[in-house]
Amino acid sequence: MSQVRIDKRIPQGKLVASGHLACPGCAAPLAMKLALNTLGSNTIVVMPASCFTIIAGPWPQSSLQVPVFHTAFATGPAVASGVRAALDQQGKHDTTVLVWVGDGGTFDIGLQSLSGAAERNENIIYVCYDNEAYMNTGIQRSSATPWGAWTTTTPAQFPEASPKKDMLAIMAAHNIPYAATATAAYPVDFVEKVQKAKAMRGTRFIHLLSPCPPGWKCGDDEGLELARMAVQSRVFPMLEVEHGQRWRLTMYHVGESVEPYLRRQGRFRHLSAEQVAHIQAGIDARWAQLVKRVEADSLVGV
Amino acid sequence: MKKVMVGNHAVAWGVRLARVEVISAYPITPQTQVVEKLSEMCADGTLPARFIKVESEHSAMAAVIGASAAGVRAFTASSSHGLLYMHEMLHWAGGSRLPIVMVNVNRSVGAPWNIWTDQNDSLSQRDTGWVQLYCETNQEVVDTTIVAFKLAESLNVPVMLMLDGFYLSHTAEPVDVPDQELVDRFLPKRVATYKLDTEQPHAFGALVKPDAYMEMRWMQQEAFRQVPEALAGIEQDWARMFGRSYGAIESYRADDAELLLVTSGTVTSTARAVVDARRGNGEKIGLLKIKMFRPFPTALVRDALRGVPRVAVLDRNVSPGHGGIFAEELRSALYDLPDAERPELFGFVLGLGGRDITPAVIDEIIEQTRAGTVPSREDLWVGVNP
Repeated sequence: MSQVRIDKRIPQGKLVASGHLACPGCAAPLAMKLALNTLGSNTIVVMPASCFTIIAGPWPQSSLQVPVFHTAFATGPAVASGVRAALDQQGKHDTTVLVWVGDGGTFDIGLQSLSGAAERNENIIYVCYDNEAYMNTGIQRSSATPWGAWTTTTPAQFPEASPKKDMLAIMAAHNIPYAATATAAYPVDFVEKVQKAKAMRGTRFIHLLSPCPPGWKCGDDEGLELARMAVQSRVFPMLEVEHGQRWRLTMYHVGESVEPYLRRQGRFRHLSAEQVAHIQAGIDARWAQLVKRVEADSLVGV
Repeated sequence: MKKVMVGNHAVAWGVRLARVEVISAYPITPQTQVVEKLSEMCADGTLPARFIKVESEHSAMAAVIGASAAGVRAFTASSSHGLLYMHEMLHWAGGSRLPIVMVNVNRSVGAPWNIWTDQNDSLSQRDTGWVQLYCETNQEVVDTTIVAFKLAESLNVPVMLMLDGFYLSHTAEPVDVPDQELVDRFLPKRVATYKLDTEQPHAFGALVKPDAYMEMRWMQQEAFRQVPEALAGIEQDWARMFGRSYGAIESYRADDAELLLVTSGTVTSTARAVVDARRGNGEKIGLLKIKMFRPFPTALVRDALRGVPRVAVLDRNVSPGHGGIFAEELRSALYDLPDAERPELFGFVLGLGGRDITPAVIDEIIEQTRAGTVPSREDLWVGVNP
């Protein structure tokens, strides 16, 4: 038996039970565990329709050891606004309201209510765990699906034709106190972002890349490694934005080629060399733009 | 304290007296004065509620669902397309058994655009698991708003209260504003049976499999079965304290009537005047007002209509391809009366999109009902020029 040493910066706790119903290799329960153990038991979770509706477990069980309100697809931020108002009316200002939503519920059907809550600067934490398609219904494209990807509604002969929506920029444009990207593959970075969010008030948004082995067509044990590759190839840079103004990269990004990241996933298997080059060019262009923005804010170099 | 106020302000006064803790709403004609008045009350501190001004009605209903699930008294108001936009969340509130009260100012539904009254907006929400109460006067609106919270919280069912757009929402009437201290005694602060509580964590609304879903629907049905009796008891308390009550239905000059008009909403007031005039002429004509549409007060209407020779149902709504909705519900309620006691039921569709229902229109309905030999299978449309 080899001993596993856990980084002391990772909070331990039992707020997510081991009996959840996620697919093997799903990164979402790991992220939930990191988030809840950081936020603590004085947290209420609002859960619109998503994979996590299933992962959390059917009645009368629940894998989350905090109160959960399951709700309809588009309503996470609005329900959370109501919960927040009711808690405040009862003097429970220190209870955290956490909305936990997938990419479909954030980028697509829930965008209106999210924008409304952010504009009102509701005192909630919103985590979008993004597996880049409607995975719970069987891998259909969403506006979080990257260009060129196969899904069941974007077959390989005619793969996803639109680039992924820039959700962080949209949220930053609401000038909310905190918006960040993260992934469970970098747990310390994620935990620190949740801690930072917890210490603030107002709308706090975390966009979490969450690998999905069945949807990405990779091995059960490859998800976290792929998420690391997504960060290091600058497909999904680690960022935080405060009050819509101060953009900052939260770690060093090597700038690896994107090709190995794409080739390891069945959803990109059909891509030609030209298409891979097109993706690489897009990443390089977005990175250059991002570096300019971060340097303009001149907080931390790259 | 007597005040002259429009129906929309009567709603706001009811909400204020009920000491609602969280409000969320989105403006729509002809409900806007409700949200304006409530905003004023929240701003000047006379109503210390949190008012969440959301970006849509879908979110308004979602926000009051969140607030109610977290244990407080919550309210919203809408109309027409706003109510329809809430549809998904009306089901969610009903299924979650949350004691939310909402007001719907009855307005027709597009296309084409029309802002005037009819009941197709709320009647199309019939099966969402909400109690539906239709009001006739502004006094009834104030009183029923408060009564609705008591009813909702006693059975964990949401309650929707209706008033006709413009005919009531924008019409000023004298209202006896109930005394706050008495209202507080009648309706104490809400104590939630179940709520989101970090001390006692539970999951609400999680996936329920076929082996238990039906039992939950059955429990909802059981709660609805108890509504008529609960409402009667609550109204008795209200009457003792405030000297007024309305009932799920009301029979007006119905004794020995050979013809009964059946109405809901403000048409009732017009029909009362017609009935008074006819009774003045010695004609045996009366009125049945239906206030509660869901749960449908089947036993009550059966007793009220048993043995009445002819009934004329005035429907300010239509189910395309079928007919007037109240008439259809009544036919169903009266079906198992013995033949000798079952009234002949004449259905009339009228007043859609705010078309005026005058005493002359009701007189015409009375004459048609008397002249008819057998009721037509299809409800008659009144005043239509095709």
